[in-house]
Amino acid sequence: MSDIAAEHPIEPTSLGIDNRKLVVWTFIASEVMFFTGLIVTYIVMRGRSTTGPYPEEALSVPLVAINTFILLSSSFTMVTALSAIQRGDARGLRRWLIATAVLGLLFLSGQAVEFTTLFNDGASLSSNLFGATFFTLTGFHGMHVFVGVIWIAFVLARAFRGGVTKDNHLAVELVGLYWHFVDIVWIIIFTVVYLLRM
Amino acid sequence: MATNVGALPMERRYETGIARWLTTVNHKDIGILYLVSAFLFFFVGGIESLLIRLQLGEPNNTLLSPDVYNQIFTMHGTTMIFLFVMPVMAGFGNYIVPLMIGARDMAFPRLNALSFWTFLFGGLLLYSSFLLGGAPNAGWFAYAPLTSTQYAPTHGMDFWVLGILMTGVGSTVGSLNFVVTILNLRAPGMKMSKMPLYVWQQLVTSFIILFALPSLTVAAILLFLERNFGAPFYLANQGGDPLLWQHLFWFFGHPEVYILILPAFGIISEVLPTFARKPIFGYTAVAYSGVAIGFLGFTVWAHHMFAVGMNPIADAVFSIDSMIIAVPTSIKIFNWIATIWGGKINFKAPFLFAVGFIAMFIIGGLSGVSLAVVPINFQVTDTYYVVAHLHYVLFGGSVFAIFAGIYYWFPKITGRLMNDRLGHLQFWIQFVGFNLTFFPMHILGLLGMPRRIYTYGSQYGWDTLNLLETIGAFTIAMAILVFVWNVVTSLRRGEKAGNDPWDGQTLEWTTSSPPPAYNFATIPTVHTRRPFWDQKYPQLATEKSKTPALVMPAADDAHGAVHLPAGSFYPIIIALGLAVAFYAMIFMLPLSLIGVVIVFAGIIGWVREPR
Amino acid sequence: MISRQKNFPMRTLFLVLGLLAIIALAGCAGSPTWFEPASSNAALITHLGTAIFLIAIGVFVIVEAMLVFSVVRFSRKREGEALQIEGNRKLEIAWTAAPAIVLAVVFALSLQTLQSVAYSPAPDPAGTPAGDAVHVRVVGHQWWWEFDYPELNITTANELHVPVNTVVNFDLESVDVIHSFWVPQLAGKTDVIPGHINHTWFKADQLGTFHGQCAEFCGEEHALMQFQVVVQSPDQFQTWVAQQQAPAAAMTGDAAKGEQLFLNGACIGCHTVNGTKAAGKVGPNLTHLASRKYFAGNVFENNAANLKKWLTDPPAMKPGTLMPNLHLAPTDIDALVAYLTSLK
Repeated sequence: MSDIAAEHPIEPTSLGIDNRKLVVWTFIASEVMFFTGLIVTYIVMRGRSTTGPYPEEALSVPLVAINTFILLSSSFTMVTALSAIQRGDARGLRRWLIATAVLGLLFLSGQAVEFTTLFNDGASLSSNLFGATFFTLTGFHGMHVFVGVIWIAFVLARAFRGGVTKDNHLAVELVGLYWHFVDIVWIIIFTVVYLLRM
Repeated sequence: MATNVGALPMERRYETGIARWLTTVNHKDIGILYLVSAFLFFFVGGIESLLIRLQLGEPNNTLLSPDVYNQIFTMHGTTMIFLFVMPVMAGFGNYIVPLMIGARDMAFPRLNALSFWTFLFGGLLLYSSFLLGGAPNAGWFAYAPLTSTQYAPTHGMDFWVLGILMTGVGSTVGSLNFVVTILNLRAPGMKMSKMPLYVWQQLVTSFIILFALPSLTVAAILLFLERNFGAPFYLANQGGDPLLWQHLFWFFGHPEVYILILPAFGIISEVLPTFARKPIFGYTAVAYSGVAIGFLGFTVWAHHMFAVGMNPIADAVFSIDSMIIAVPTSIKIFNWIATIWGGKINFKAPFLFAVGFIAMFIIGGLSGVSLAVVPINFQVTDTYYVVAHLHYVLFGGSVFAIFAGIYYWFPKITGRLMNDRLGHLQFWIQFVGFNLTFFPMHILGLLGMPRRIYTYGSQYGWDTLNLLETIGAFTIAMAILVFVWNVVTSLRRGEKAGNDPWDGQTLEWTTSSPPPAYNFATIPTVHTRRPFWDQKYPQLATEKSKTPALVMPAADDAHGAVHLPAGSFYPIIIALGLAVAFYAMIFMLPLSLIGVVIVFAGIIGWVREPR
Repeated sequence: MISRQKNFPMRTLFLVLGLLAIIALAGCAGSPTWFEPASSNAALITHLGTAIFLIAIGVFVIVEAMLVFSVVRFSRKREGEALQIEGNRKLEIAWTAAPAIVLAVVFALSLQTLQSVAYSPAPDPAGTPAGDAVHVRVVGHQWWWEFDYPELNITTANELHVPVNTVVNFDLESVDVIHSFWVPQLAGKTDVIPGHINHTWFKADQLGTFHGQCAEFCGEEHALMQFQVVVQSPDQFQTWVAQQQAPAAAMTGDAAKGEQLFLNGACIGCHTVNGTKAAGKVGPNLTHLASRKYFAGNVFENNAANLKKWLTDPPAMKPGTLMPNLHLAPTDIDALVAYLTSLK
């Protein structure tokens, strides 16, 4: 999205929602179906591996719990960033956006550690059904986090150029929506895969 | 560089030549791109069907080897569904929906261009498989484990997966655009309950795509990972399950058939009122039955799987759901007939095709209901009975409706009328040819002929019907030739259409043919469902409206220039990057990074481009 | 243009009559059609099918007539404008209720039949052939059918023998891809899926030979993956069982020579002949090959000429077959054919 400076007056929309907000919500709805497919696949394939490593041994909750906390915190920082710019605090916006991106990257590093541990235990896409379903599900989630971090970077870049203001901060709302969605998906994955061992 | 068109100055970065078409973000241009490309794929898919019919025209034929035959029928199905019907409907939608709702363009013009280019490159990627080791050969619904590397060792299935994923990006992105456009860009006064029915059906279709396609995406990704990374999702000897594929696929696959038919329903719901010169009978029922079909369509997927050994109780549940979904469909048929009844019929080609649609769809619907009866399904599934059913609804249904739409909107798009007598000629040749080809297939199925067999012995009594079907197929081909002739000559010498050749009811007929780039000098305000009709014939208006049905402020009242988005190279660049990445994923994975970089560069360019 | 409307009903009539004639003609040709059921369960489906088709034809005639009538009647030139009707609540309720009722009836009928055909009346597999249920294990291979009778110690291929008026229960498996076990005159189809064991059954009530075919696309030679079911009297079945249970016949002369070639060659890697060292499981069991009427997925007549052609170059006869061209010498082929035709 380019500078949403007031070059052209935005025409009123039939529903009263900005087009871009509507498209992000709709896109998220579609992505929900995508992750539902991956999660359902994980659940129905659980317990069908004919060879190890098995999730009972391979998955450890503590590290991933910390990672989950990190991602949850990043949602908090994202909310804080938004409320900052809603108050006109451009510096606060930048600070909290950076924090969010950093936490996102930390989460991804945590995932990298978790993946490496599992690799060392012999789990991979081809090792067995558990490896296949686990890495596909968490891998695609990780890709979504990564895309989110890049999106934040784009918004940050614009923020640094002064293009995000108290009156004009839809970009922050939108990346926030996406970010919270990715977070919620992770909560479900964490619950299903690690906690409930479904 | 601003140019003046009429009273309105506009900006246009590229106006002519290849550069215009490669960078256009105008919904009408993109609509034309979609329509032309889709029809080219239609011709290819049609040739594939003729090859199939030539091979099956006589028993024990050796025209096509089994391997080639399997590739041809796989590509025929995949082409007609993903590269013809879906893009054609996107093409109509793109051209007509903004006009119908009184908008200047779609909500996201560049996203619109992206949806076209990803479709086109996805289709080309799929077809390049013929030259790169062999086309996919496991049927258009690609049942595992026939699709694993053990049983499908060429790259064909990888091309299938990536072609599907790429066109899927196009469909998803296109549907997002339609949803936002339809929900948000309607002209003042056009509440949802005043929207044209074509727009309603397009909206429901777009939602179906957004909720169903992800299931196919998941299934396809899992297949790709299995084939290329050894992930045993569908491999039974490692704990995987071939039925996982079937559930994931059909969870998409059944809503997919509603994706293919609902826009057709929309076209018919526009054509019939126009040519009967009266309102659609039961607007609300037609609109809401579309919504109902959209929802219910997600509950019936396993009726494609009655023979896989599911618990009979599960079978029964899916059976009754499938019967329930026949109710909103029947409602529409009765509403259409009632629209014709009492009309003052203008018996032109669009109307004829629309009537043909209803006649054929009734048959397809009835065979569909019989397929929903589980014990009958046990006998007829996977036979030519199903091939008959699906062609009655997809060809007799969608394709006839598509031709109705072409004859109907061709004048709006090109400014010239198609020749009506040739249209009638095409219809009758096509009608006879279609029924000759596909009606006997019901019988062949009942006589025990399974589907997807490249040959058959002469001891089964299937010979005569197969020969008749082959003759029928070539008859259809002749009809298509008449169509092509009609298009070509009408483009050159067709009668000028003017704004409103059919005495239409909806907003697209208020503009010139073709409309100016900006569609409407000023956005109209509407107060009824048939704003143009009510303006022309206030004495025939049916809705009580104190305010005028249609208010079109004069162009002089426009506030300065109309800003139209300039063309952009980034959509095609991103689509190209995606194609590069996908080719690399098949042949040399590390190189896909190049594709990713191109996509990324495209996105950066896009974001930084002024809107 | 206008005159065509008058031809509309005539053309439709012509088309319908023509098609009915075709249907009538086509029916007399020995097709494997479920409209000529040969089992009690298949007959139930046929009755249901007939009822549903009659209902469908009735609906077809009524609705198409409504359509044609409306088109013809209101295409006529007349004065005045069309009736600007938006709807009619009563009518719309009526044509919502009517299809719903018809469909409910259809569903109810189907439920009854489903219950009768889905569950075997004698689900326990039993050993003795006469009177009690017969148990067959079907294994789908690319592109042939393996039939085992575990309790009877019989393994054969492509030709399934069953006694009449006896419940036959099937366990359905696949070793490679999804196939579908279908013999239209005896039962609806059930898929065979790797990793699953499906079940079906039938109870034939007529003697005869019935055509079966794979009904799920399974690769290159899906079209040539056929089988036949031979329904016999209990005595005939007993005879067949005894014959199949016997070890391979003793060979003399040319056939013995062929047997030696067979046992010392690549053949034993894929084929089994009971009582010899040939124990391959990839291809069909050949112990009683000569007792079968057809081979290679029940497609080629089982005679010396065809066997010779097959052994010379299997993929030439059935492209894609997993049996490779072994480039056998013609004299060897003759000996092998002598052997194979002696495996009664």
